[in-house]
Amino acid sequence: MEIKIALAGNPNCGKTTLFNALTGSNQYVGNWPGVTVEKKEGRLKGHGDAVIQDLPGIYSLSPYTLEEVVARSYLVGEKPDAILNIVDGTNIERNLYLTTQLIELGLPVVVAVNMIDLVRKNGDRIDLAKLGDALGCQVLEMSALKGEGGMAAAEAALALAKGHRAGELPHVFTGSVEHAIAHIEESIAGKVDDRFLRWYAIKVFERDERVMEELRLSASLKAHLEQHIADCEQELDDDAESIITNQRYAYISGVIERSVKKKRAKHSLSISDKIDRVVTNRVLALPIFAAAMFLVYYISISTVGDIVTEWTNETLFSGLICGNLSAWMEGIGCAPWLVGLVVDGIVGGVGAVIGFVPQMLILFLMLSVLEDIGYMARVAFIMDRIFRRFGLSGKSFIPMLIASGCGVPGVMASRTIENERDRRMTIMTTCFIPCGAKMPIIGLFAGALFGGSGLVATSAYFIGVAAVIFSGIVLKKTKMFSGDPAPFVMELPAYHVPAVGNVLRATWERGWSFIKRAGTVILASSVVLWFLQSFGFVDGVFGMVEDNNTSLLASIGSAISFLFAPLGFGSWKPAVATFTGLIAKENVVGTFGVLYGFAEVAEDGAEIWGNIATDFTQLSAYSFMIFNLLCAPCFAAMGAIKREMNSAKWTFAAIGYMCGLAYLASLVVYQLGLLFTGHGFGVGTAAAVLALLAAVYLLVRKNRYDDNPLAVRSVTAASKKKEMIS
Amino acid sequence: MKTLRDAKVGDTVTVVKLHGEGAVKRRIMDMGITKGVDIHIRKVAPLGDPLELNVRGYELSLRKADAQMIEIG
Repeated sequence: MEIKIALAGNPNCGKTTLFNALTGSNQYVGNWPGVTVEKKEGRLKGHGDAVIQDLPGIYSLSPYTLEEVVARSYLVGEKPDAILNIVDGTNIERNLYLTTQLIELGLPVVVAVNMIDLVRKNGDRIDLAKLGDALGCQVLEMSALKGEGGMAAAEAALALAKGHRAGELPHVFTGSVEHAIAHIEESIAGKVDDRFLRWYAIKVFERDERVMEELRLSASLKAHLEQHIADCEQELDDDAESIITNQRYAYISGVIERSVKKKRAKHSLSISDKIDRVVTNRVLALPIFAAAMFLVYYISISTVGDIVTEWTNETLFSGLICGNLSAWMEGIGCAPWLVGLVVDGIVGGVGAVIGFVPQMLILFLMLSVLEDIGYMARVAFIMDRIFRRFGLSGKSFIPMLIASGCGVPGVMASRTIENERDRRMTIMTTCFIPCGAKMPIIGLFAGALFGGSGLVATSAYFIGVAAVIFSGIVLKKTKMFSGDPAPFVMELPAYHVPAVGNVLRATWERGWSFIKRAGTVILASSVVLWFLQSFGFVDGVFGMVEDNNTSLLASIGSAISFLFAPLGFGSWKPAVATFTGLIAKENVVGTFGVLYGFAEVAEDGAEIWGNIATDFTQLSAYSFMIFNLLCAPCFAAMGAIKREMNSAKWTFAAIGYMCGLAYLASLVVYQLGLLFTGHGFGVGTAAAVLALLAAVYLLVRKNRYDDNPLAVRSVTAASKKKEMIS
Repeated sequence: MKTLRDAKVGDTVTVVKLHGEGAVKRRIMDMGITKGVDIHIRKVAPLGDPLELNVRGYELSLRKADAQMIEIG
């Protein structure tokens, strides 16, 4: 029979390192049903019958964060055969807080005190036997990083699971609280799994909404138990949840006093704290931060990243693969349309996307290192003040910075934001920052109509940042983002040397999930667009067309161009260019080139500046530029959004929002621009004024979701999650 | 009422009571800030918020707005 062992512990306790060591390459990575919390499981090396389930890193089994809800639903619902609890030995007091809750579940538990090498180095001593006696379970020591003791801990958990032995529950609670809990136990006995009796009783005492819903106690019993709880609350002058937390920590303090000897004085500086005194210093923090970000950007986007992207795109795909493939296919006599489909549609389209992969791997490698050494938490610490005003997290800075190079890794970099709400908000707004591929569009119009003024590019960045800020303020007041309160109560983990294995694995997992996406959604979109671009009716006959002017895409462009009329570019050429921009934004310039009858144009389209200047005014050019900067990003970025949102609804919402905002922004700029340059007041002007007023209203309106007490919000959020999970 | 927000960098204070309710309060308590515990104020972030605290042997950051819920002696 298969034995399930759950790996549980606080964030930063070394769980990932241990999980990788225990399961090796035999892992399955997915998502917990309905949520974007990562789910990992794997088989224990050398024990094919044992499955290790890695739970999300959590501090408590409270019902307030997504990770906690996922972890406790798994523990209570799936009832693993044993729990292997990893405890950071250098931070044992807070880590044991979760341990006491895990033990109450009544499942066999093995506690593994990790980072024991660091504990010894600090000159501290942990008496494992005493700790084990106090907790009522087996306690072992290990060092995941050094590869010591991990397997022994897993095997101990396995032995315990096979014997179905749970330890004696420790006496955590005292006085009237213990009395009340014992009373609740009696009342609900038989209604729940015997092993979980204590856990359920404590949750009833805490008035945990989800447990109360699940138990469906009769009204009279509820009222009776409520009386006991209220008595306790009155006696101890605190609410039930706080009473439990207080007594837990009081119990742990006692256990620690007996079994742990610390060499350093309380609140003294560790080596990590001394490093941090420089790194997050009031004066030095920002320069160091700027230098670190510059380095990440410089290496992954400007230098190494650019070289590898260039190579994959130009040399590998365009040259080696496409060139040889089409020569070979023509050689064996394939029909021209088939060559086109395979070479231009499939290989070209997917290649444009895969071209990002090497660059992304470099970027992810650097982000993984920053994460693993503990700097990411400091980034949030330093930037929080600015970003939280716009409903974003301090960690949103990194995705936005990266997005100024390329939106695809930018969106993927949002993975480092734990809070789901902040992450979604970041994904939705990151692509507003003009990426490298949008630069040629700016170059084209700046050159053709603005005398090459650098102000155009500068203003594009300002518009991007303004769109992010506007969206942050507006979206955070909507119902979609009203859910979880996101308290910024964050641990600043001790700095440590990155584990090479962890970093490489994290890098690869992120890269691979993108490649998979490229193989599906992006592939399909590229093929469809290729078809539309390459086929059309010539003289009433359907077939492959030589130039884009007669393609289906051109027909569609003409058909929908009226939509863009209020924005000042209601003819078919800009409409088609906007569409091809979906494959890759740099295509916009190339498309204009083709449409104006040039086989090939320079990156900034210098050859067609004259044509552009005739067809566009300064105002309509600027409007077109704004629309293309803000609207739906390229397929690759949309694929990344889909991957990171892990939900069709959220993906559509994000892309729809971007297009909508782009449309309205262009409308306002174009129509008001017309008005101020002496054109009359028309329907379009009225629409623009309305849009502007609506935007101002959305910016300044009161956040009605902010008035609710936190308690109510978190309960509705928790019940929503329950629906999602069940 | 004196709260954690009023404490100065370098101070070590004792928690008297936690105000507020719900998720934020529970989160703060889960992280080890409970009645009677000693908190050392390590530093303030470069832009003036949040705070960095040393509590129960580890480093925790907390926004000033949330620190206001923590009454100290």
